[in-house]
Amino acid sequence: MKQFKGRVVVPGECSAEALVSRGGFNTLASYQMALMFGDKEVKCGDQNNQDLYKKPMLNKALCLPMTIGSTTGGMVLYTACALHKQPACMLFSLPIDSLAASGAILGSVWTDGKMPVVDSLGQEFLDAVRTGDTVTVGPDGLVTIN
Amino acid sequence: MQLTPEQQAMLDGAQGDIMAKIVKTLVMYGDTFGAQRMVPVTSKYGHTVISFGLKVMNPVYDLYDQLIRAGLPQGQKFTADPKPLDPKVPASLLDKLVFKKFMYTQQERYEEQLRTLGVTGDEGYTCACYLDQVGNRPEKGEILSWAESSAVIYANSVLGARCNRNSGILELMGSIAGFVPEFGLLTDEGRRASWVVEVRCKKKPEAQLLGSAIGMKVLEDVPYIKGMEPWLGTELDDAACAYLKDMGAAAASNGAVGLYHVANLTPEAKEQGEALILEDARTYVIDDAELERVQRSYPVIWKDPGAKPELCFVGCPHMSLQQLQDWTDAVETGLQASGLKKVAVPTVFTAPVPIIRAFEASPYGARLKATGVVLSYICPLMYMNNPLCKKKAVITSSNKLRTYTSARYYTEAEILAVITGKEGGK
Repeated sequence: MKQFKGRVVVPGECSAEALVSRGGFNTLASYQMALMFGDKEVKCGDQNNQDLYKKPMLNKALCLPMTIGSTTGGMVLYTACALHKQPACMLFSLPIDSLAASGAILGSVWTDGKMPVVDSLGQEFLDAVRTGDTVTVGPDGLVTIN
Repeated sequence: MQLTPEQQAMLDGAQGDIMAKIVKTLVMYGDTFGAQRMVPVTSKYGHTVISFGLKVMNPVYDLYDQLIRAGLPQGQKFTADPKPLDPKVPASLLDKLVFKKFMYTQQERYEEQLRTLGVTGDEGYTCACYLDQVGNRPEKGEILSWAESSAVIYANSVLGARCNRNSGILELMGSIAGFVPEFGLLTDEGRRASWVVEVRCKKKPEAQLLGSAIGMKVLEDVPYIKGMEPWLGTELDDAACAYLKDMGAAAASNGAVGLYHVANLTPEAKEQGEALILEDARTYVIDDAELERVQRSYPVIWKDPGAKPELCFVGCPHMSLQQLQDWTDAVETGLQASGLKKVAVPTVFTAPVPIIRAFEASPYGARLKATGVVLSYICPLMYMNNPLCKKKAVITSSNKLRTYTSARYYTEAEILAVITGKEGGK
């Protein structure tokens, strides 16, 4: 068991299976096809992300350094929250970027979709977590890898 | 965050629950990045990245209905990204059925919402809103509430305006509230460079490849780019601006760059020089071999990688008038050399409506039409956002389009060779 302390961006608690993106997570490229065509598993559509491409993202603890790409990214996350297609949580090794923050905050203020977000967990977190690990998020930003 | 009494009253509900939620959203956004205060949006116009009425995005339009019902569309007027549909663009009956019946079923509803909320008009639908003919060109130092990654990076870098990489929806909320949290690219410190990019190419680097390489390396950081003088000079003329437009779009979409400086060229680099570079900045050297490596790294996800190209898009982001003219000259010359009258691959050039109008009113309009190239205001990315396109061998010189769709990237010279019949594609 390893624990990492980050900063709470959107409060909440959850326990979920980790899905790890080692590189930047392109929100639009990852979600657009899955949302548009009602993919129940919300499989990642980003051909450039070899860690995630074609893997289900629904209800996963999405572990990533940051998001990249189009400024529709926040709107896409908001929509995922509104449709209850969001990840169980988003765990950033770096300080959160403006697009991911926008999406997480829009989801928190304007929808009932729950998606705790913790950032600044450090590169050590991203080095330690593996896809398939069970990850628990506490209310104070404490993330536990079981 | 320290709010003014007026902002605090808005947050407390003095202008209704919806405005209170808007201000709460902006406050949370600012708090996340350590903003100490809100600053007024000072540009004449906003710009929204959301221009499409996709069925799946119903939650967005429902939210906008809340804004309209609350009587809030009194913020600044704004331009919007390109529309997703244009009957001039080649599409099969099945394509059209999918577009109309399954994908863009909310297009009319959404365009009506935008009219109510304050879109400047049909001529304002373009990702390159800052081009002279469109008219949404902010001044240096102005504070913007924009979204659209290619427009934000251009406004910051080439025009010297100040805008964070805001998300769709949130940009409209900034326009409605009239203020945005001050952090990141709105601050002097946030505009300093943490990367030095040394370009040591022997030939002019392809704008879309150079931007891609920079974006993938620096992600959201600010790069200070050296070594471009031999190709771009020291003045922001039409050619330099078009190059920076395309380079920036690639850097913003292949990474998350919101601002770059080019030594002796972009406004802040001209004023402040290397004082913009942070002491601990890292260095990234780009030569011809590095650009070749980057291009080779792009995955080809066509079902048949050896397929003959079926459709070509040029103009993501939208082309400038000068680019349209240059491409027309090049296509004509290429066709003459190949002994062809029409392009060998159905090809679409995309540009803003006012530029299309000016272009078509000039002799160039008829010349391009004679080559068979279709000129459209469409967003190629939105056009390609359907599973039917995944089965098509679409080629493009846009690294943004490559990133978000199954389109295959070629340099501009390669694209020209393919569409004029000199080469059949790889």
